[in-house]
Amino acid sequence: MKPGSVAIVGAAETTQMGVIPEMSVIQLHADAALNALADCGLTPKDIDGVATAGASPVEIAHYLGITPTYADGTSVGGCSFMLHVRHAAAAINEGLASTILITHGESGRSRIGAGRFGGSPASLQGQFEAPYGASGPPSMFTIPVLRYMQDLGLTHEQLAMVAVVQREWAGMNPRASFRDPITVDDVLNSRMIAYPFHLLECCLVTDGGGALILTSADRAKDFPTKPVYVIGTGESVETPMVSQMEDFTSSKAFRVSGKKAFDEAGIKHSDVDHLMIYDAFAHLPIYGLEDLGFVGRGEAAQFIWEGNTRPGGKLPLNTNGGGLSYMHSGMYGMYALQESVRQLRGVAPAQVPDAKISIAHGVGGMFAASGTIIMSNERP
Amino acid sequence: MAEYRKPIPQPTPETQDFWDGTKAGELRLQRCSACANVYFPPRPFCPKCASRKVESFKSSGKGRLFSYVINHRPAPGFEADAPYAIAVVELAEGPRLMTSIVGTPQTPEALPIDAPVEVAFEPVSDTISLPKFRLAGGAK
Repeated sequence: MKPGSVAIVGAAETTQMGVIPEMSVIQLHADAALNALADCGLTPKDIDGVATAGASPVEIAHYLGITPTYADGTSVGGCSFMLHVRHAAAAINEGLASTILITHGESGRSRIGAGRFGGSPASLQGQFEAPYGASGPPSMFTIPVLRYMQDLGLTHEQLAMVAVVQREWAGMNPRASFRDPITVDDVLNSRMIAYPFHLLECCLVTDGGGALILTSADRAKDFPTKPVYVIGTGESVETPMVSQMEDFTSSKAFRVSGKKAFDEAGIKHSDVDHLMIYDAFAHLPIYGLEDLGFVGRGEAAQFIWEGNTRPGGKLPLNTNGGGLSYMHSGMYGMYALQESVRQLRGVAPAQVPDAKISIAHGVGGMFAASGTIIMSNERP
Repeated sequence: MAEYRKPIPQPTPETQDFWDGTKAGELRLQRCSACANVYFPPRPFCPKCASRKVESFKSSGKGRLFSYVINHRPAPGFEADAPYAIAVVELAEGPRLMTSIVGTPQTPEALPIDAPVEVAFEPVSDTISLPKFRLAGGAK
């Protein structure tokens, strides 16, 4: 995309967050969408592009009364919304639509109107992974980590520290699900889920949603909100089977997506004021920091241990508390983007002073896919 | 045997040879005739060079324990096994596959990373045998 040509002008989450049994999945999408429309002074009739994952863009468009000229149903897991932002930017530049709504809603905890997880026994996962008792992300996303520990020296204490630091950020966020401080010992003494992962190293399961509205940067100044410009984008996919990822200590999709986004934005790592790395599990910020190039291979755990990503550190990371402490509905990428927008608007609960450039980096599936969005509150 | 409640693979035309192999006590891989790449899971072309000239062959069935988790929240059908290891083995020929490690306690102490392993087949239906692995040289 052309850096800075498109802006996020509307952004909002669902009115409630956490446990929302009074709303089905589609209403969570709609609640977030209506909040995002109100945020920037639009109505559904102003929207001519719709993108979503999980649900179909057909369902969302019809439910909200939108007749779009652009529909994107890219569904590659929790980072789908990063890909939607990227595709929307290209579509706006190409004139396919002028004002694009991206929605997410998921009843992860209450399961109201929610679909089922799992594929056909004839799929590759069905034939070559499911027979061994892999039971969803907690026992699959975690499989590469013992290899990482063996090769790069990551310790159990360092892995636990990821959750400790993110709880510090969550403590500053009134909407976070878990806010009480925790220690490394608390993490290591929490219930074992899938060795080496304890409960507190695994994400929450909650209900919620979020929505974004994008338009051209030239139009963005006509909106009541502070524009957040999209200055760099990347995406990639690797494998639907975690057992087949090329390198168990590094995600190829992360590396490809991150490099593409940095190259587009033309920025250096030292220019980044604020960072979101999708943390379904505690190892993801470690892989993300290394694969995005913020630190060298094998250095991320020590970087976190030394306090660089905690409140007051030089690289504020997952400042909403992350999937480990803020919320995780199932496809968390939307919430990472929402936090980046809040930080660049200057309205985050744990605001990073004077943040100008933020990155939201997402993962889809179990290291299956990735999307990276670099944003700025200054038009390049 | 007691009723088997765990997921059972459903072969496709592209994977039938693999499952015929496990039924016959062979762990079959595929090799590209053009570039010699050895790969898994099966497909009728080389994922490296896209050649359709590929052949199936019997692997050594030997490898090393590459990584794993010990799952404490069993998948449906696995309740009696928990906690159980879900492992990835790297075969001597290069490819990796998800599997179970049988014949040994499902503990970190009993499952050292990089331990040599060898294939052991487990029949789960009239037509399907799953490739599992045991520690090489270990007790059955």
